[in-house]
Amino acid sequence: MEGTAVRGRLTWQVATVSQLVDETATVRTIDLQVPDWAGHQAGQHLDIRLTGDDGYRAERSYSIASAPGEPLAITVERLEDGEVSPYLTEDLRQGDQFELRGPIGLYFTWDRARDTGPLLLVAGGSGVVPLRAILRYRERTGSTTPARLLYSARTLPDVIYHDELDRYNHDHGVDVIYTLTRQQPPGWTGRTGRVNAAMLADIAWPASQNPLTFVCGPTSFVEAVADALVGLGYPAGRVKTERFGATGAPGGP
Amino acid sequence: MDALDGNAIGGLLQEVFGADMTAAVGTCAFCGRVGPVAETVVYLRAPGTVVRCRTCGNVLMVLVEVRSRKCVDLSGLAALQAS
Repeated sequence: MEGTAVRGRLTWQVATVSQLVDETATVRTIDLQVPDWAGHQAGQHLDIRLTGDDGYRAERSYSIASAPGEPLAITVERLEDGEVSPYLTEDLRQGDQFELRGPIGLYFTWDRARDTGPLLLVAGGSGVVPLRAILRYRERTGSTTPARLLYSARTLPDVIYHDELDRYNHDHGVDVIYTLTRQQPPGWTGRTGRVNAAMLADIAWPASQNPLTFVCGPTSFVEAVADALVGLGYPAGRVKTERFGATGAPGGP
Repeated sequence: MDALDGNAIGGLLQEVFGADMTAAVGTCAFCGRVGPVAETVVYLRAPGTVVRCRTCGNVLMVLVEVRSRKCVDLSGLAALQAS
């Protein structure tokens, strides 16, 4: 059912910040009120446009963090050299307004009615954001589709949505597997190091189960994961990818 | 700068075509690869936006904005079919 998303012209709309939640030291979730929001699908993104006092404009894309039917939210990672993300993660206050347009993209979306087969979700860093929207949607709709999330983060404190993901892991029929690439806490028994073919061979559903995969993260991460999955016999058409730029936003710099 | 993919220009393409194009299927005029626009290789920081084939690197699309007008060159595509 793709008809629920906006088809046709995109228009810039004014969004009002209704709540701010710090997820990690550098990542913040921003709940937004948009009066004419047409609804979205799990996995879509939106474009944000900020206009300075001097008229200078900057546009960025951010994945939607909330499930269809929930209030609109985005989750933003602060990038040290960023032009937009420091403002969104540090200066923005409740009640502030900015322009956005969306929802955007019907490719990187999961629809429980249309898409069959177990879900494999593979996230690098803040690439977890659209995958979290998929997991929330799966939960909200009572889907019994088996799902596995493999989430690569630098350290445990860098894991976004940690409590929520752990809850899925214990109660909701989702396997959540973290791999910590830079530093592990004392006594860590989980996985370490970058996602590679051997790790995927261990975690991924057998290709014979016709899994549907969503991979989101930095470009090099996505390419390595997608190549490894094809090597495991996953048809390229069942591996959906979304690459973040060095600037961290799917819409890039 | 890292190359992105066609998801990154979903908003721009929707502005130009009036419909979502990330799930549209394009055919490379050079090598014949057939695949979703979302899986193309996209460079945003050229003078405009350059979209290349993931198989052969052929330039599929160039989108440039000049004085608020969007100029679109699709000559690298043999076909583009919206879903």
